[in-house]
Amino acid sequence: MLIGLDMGDTHTDAVLIEGGKVIRHRKSLTDREDPLETIRKALEELLSSCPAEEIQRINLSTTLCTNAVATGQVSPVGLLLEPGPGLNPGLFACGQKNFFLQGYVDHRGKSVFPPNRGEIEEADRELQRAGIKHLAIVGKFSPRNPEHELFIRQCLSPHYEFITLGHRVSGKLNFPRRIYTAYLNSAVYSTYSVFAQAMERFIEEKGWKGPVYVLKADGGTLSLSPSRSLPVETILSGPSASIMGALALTPVVDDALILDIGGTTTDVAFLAEGIPLLEPQGITLGGYPTLVRALLSYPLPIGGDSQIKIEGNRLLIGPLRLGPCRALGGPCPTPTDALIYLNRLELGDKAEAKKAIQELAHHLGLSPEKTATTILREMASFIAEKAWRLLEKINSRPVYTIKELLLPRILKPKKVIAIGGPAFYLQRELEEALGLPVEVPSLAPVANAIGAALSQPTAELTLLADTALGVLTVPEEGLKEKIPSSFTLEQAKERALSLLRQRLSRLAPQSQGAELEVVEAQSFNMVEGFYTIGRNIRVKVQVKPKITPLRGESNGKAI
Amino acid sequence: MERLYKAKNRLGLVFFPAFDWAISPTHPEREERLLYTQDQILEEGLKDIEGIEEYRAYLAPDNEVERVHICVPDVRSRVTEAHLVAAGGAIVAGRKVLEGEVDKAFALVRPPGHHAFRIVHGARGFCTINNEAIMIEHLRRHYKIKKVAIVDTDCHHGDGTQDIYWHDKDTLYISIHQDGRTLYPGTGFLEEFGGPNAYGYNLNLPLPPETGEEGFLYALENFVLPVLEDFKPDLIVNSAGQDNHYSDPITNMRFSAQGYARLNDRLNPHIAVLEGGYSIEGALPYVNVGIILALAGLDYSFVREPDYSPEKVSQSPRITDYIARLCEETLQAWQKREELRARHFQGKDRVTRRRRIYYDTEGLMEYQQETTLICEECAGLSWIDSHTDRGSHILAIFIPRDACARCQKEGHALFEQTETTFYRDGIYLQDRVEDVLLKK
Ligand SMILES: [Zn+2]
Ligand SMILES: [Zn+2]
Repeated sequence: MLIGLDMGDTHTDAVLIEGGKVIRHRKSLTDREDPLETIRKALEELLSSCPAEEIQRINLSTTLCTNAVATGQVSPVGLLLEPGPGLNPGLFACGQKNFFLQGYVDHRGKSVFPPNRGEIEEADRELQRAGIKHLAIVGKFSPRNPEHELFIRQCLSPHYEFITLGHRVSGKLNFPRRIYTAYLNSAVYSTYSVFAQAMERFIEEKGWKGPVYVLKADGGTLSLSPSRSLPVETILSGPSASIMGALALTPVVDDALILDIGGTTTDVAFLAEGIPLLEPQGITLGGYPTLVRALLSYPLPIGGDSQIKIEGNRLLIGPLRLGPCRALGGPCPTPTDALIYLNRLELGDKAEAKKAIQELAHHLGLSPEKTATTILREMASFIAEKAWRLLEKINSRPVYTIKELLLPRILKPKKVIAIGGPAFYLQRELEEALGLPVEVPSLAPVANAIGAALSQPTAELTLLADTALGVLTVPEEGLKEKIPSSFTLEQAKERALSLLRQRLSRLAPQSQGAELEVVEAQSFNMVEGFYTIGRNIRVKVQVKPKITPLRGESNGKAI
Repeated sequence: MERLYKAKNRLGLVFFPAFDWAISPTHPEREERLLYTQDQILEEGLKDIEGIEEYRAYLAPDNEVERVHICVPDVRSRVTEAHLVAAGGAIVAGRKVLEGEVDKAFALVRPPGHHAFRIVHGARGFCTINNEAIMIEHLRRHYKIKKVAIVDTDCHHGDGTQDIYWHDKDTLYISIHQDGRTLYPGTGFLEEFGGPNAYGYNLNLPLPPETGEEGFLYALENFVLPVLEDFKPDLIVNSAGQDNHYSDPITNMRFSAQGYARLNDRLNPHIAVLEGGYSIEGALPYVNVGIILALAGLDYSFVREPDYSPEKVSQSPRITDYIARLCEETLQAWQKREELRARHFQGKDRVTRRRRIYYDTEGLMEYQQETTLICEECAGLSWIDSHTDRGSHILAIFIPRDACARCQKEGHALFEQTETTFYRDGIYLQDRVEDVLLKK
């Protein structure tokens, strides 16, 4: 039995899957004051009569870290930066205390200027005095050579609760994002750690056997205990759980568009030959652009509960949600009222929905019937227009080789998968507006929890080999090792894959079956004068993204 | 809470490093050239800055090339896709500015183009087609711009750009470079002052070797900016070569990333297009970050090479004096250009010049005889009899963009009446009024 739980801002969805079928699903309200209790209750009810030993796996997607950042419930963080030359580093001073240290590593990973021990020790004393327990140490180009960050940590006193090192958060180059990512990781460490410990205790008390995983924003999972040192990876996993759910419910091999239509927003995502696209850099949380790997998901400010108003004689839907629909006692008409008026949906006080639509109709000088259908059409065409504009942007992304420019990979969706509460009722309008077949899987409202249940561990690694310097680095693993001048691209790929295998077995011990792949492999001749002095080799490997489709749909039993 | 940094000027970037193209494996124009620049741009997070937008380059179609060049025998036999993408990248950058999508743009493309002449028999100085000229002529064709100033800050004299705009007084070409007596291509002196119909609109400032930061900035303030003030261009283009850097392996100057950033800040061009620059590790990453920040109107004061020291960019007092005199002399020539034109060309109806053009990549020599009609109405009809030591021989006729009725008529008549038997590789007519290239 596989368990999936997705805790959202308003609802928490949980499903139990057995033999490829959803056996049970449960929706409850999220208690934002006590997320742990919300999860406990949801799991207890979902698993009430299940034998503990039959639980194979529990996958959790939580908004814990996301909300901690949004509400400012984070620990004060001391930032130790080694900015070197470039942008004014003062711009990224997001810590409670910020230190700009001497020292510089260049783009090839050469230590150009060493860090200064005295300066670090002084910063250490000041941090102690301020009572700061959480640090982030981030150097420019640290993924190319982690030694300076390691040296800085080594110079500090041992009194800190947690320290994030920049090179461990990602192998990607982007100093400002690395700072924000490391900062957030340290800022949410305590909150997350308390939660993870309590979760472990709770599972143990219950005697549930399966391992516990947490969802990441890239649609993959990470096992609970190693996630404690990388809590930032668990932010914003909700939209990805939904995308993975849509994929489990409707397996696709072509390019496709995924719409997750909610109350306030509609998330747009794309599949390339059935594989979800990733954010090019990383996800943005609370205004902080990060390097956290994430599925590309673009929120549009329109949903079933969007406020409808009239300006001039035009209908405006969204961008705000002022409350539920009028039929449920909300303050203004919403698309949901239109669905109720048209008898597509039964919900709340139908008379109130009718009144809301009639008022709008009166202002527009249209029949109520026509008004309701116009609302749905406008909503669908808004979504279509934005989705196609987004697609155009994706298809015109810069490329850096002549080959890619001559033979570009153009994304061309052949169908649409729509999930989320209102999806089913809007199918007709969406098909018309998008000009593509729209599939709404029958378990669409709990797709997020299904996605959570079926997601698999993911991990990636970046390897950089410089045969002129005779050095290989793998930042995510904090690894720097010597290589011979004869080291080749093939050897680099092999080494990267074997290191990724090791990393994966540490981050997700039960994932032996996972398939790995090389996603980038480049080798540049390095020339000095007119002689080749070596090769600059760059390799990126990852766990091949995978989702287990549900075997035939079952409506299961809502409890 | 907004953590993104916002640019004062909206800046468009077209970055095309051509990671799969080289002239030859160990040539300075190779795959690796912009690799570390890309690393630095990524690491600085420049693309996350609000207002900095990156665009995809495209392959310029042949007719864009033909608007500027006569390739012998044709475009496809002389250029590779890489050349067309570099030119296309510059066009994208220019369009984004003129469409008003951005305030400024920077095309970081390779290979460079400023050594490419009107007639193209091959590659010279790593260049085959002139990216800036192709961009400018595209923009002139599609938008309302007339006067363009090109300020070429590459260390080598942009002899190709000079050739293309030799007769065009709507395009002011200013080149600041290392003295041709000490560096390829050996040209670029004050005497090269423009053709008879555009005399004074080609300005060369050959700086002595070992010119420091001070010298460059002096020349900018005391020569380039005053001339631009006078000329009042609709569009300023910087041919942003980066080989004046103190660490460049093939030149002898002492400029820095800070200097390049300040130069772009003061020059304030609408569009910058990368030209040369072969210190790919020690200079380009920092120079390009400096230029991007300066163009975006952001703080570049923290940009500096890891090995920077004031001594590396200093210059001797002798050089300081020399540059002051050079600027003075050149500025005066610019101010007296009408007088000088009258003195040189009064009473003449045409001017003929002969020259040899060397294509170093192929080791090919071209011999040109160019005749230009002196015309008060337009840039004047020109024709070039061109043959090479490989036996190729053509006649190229150029009817300028603003050609008067007489120059148009004479150009067509020349094309009709000349016998092809003498020119074994054909007779070309570049008719800019009709925007076509004819060949017979
Ligand atoms: Zn040059
Ligand atoms: Zn004329």
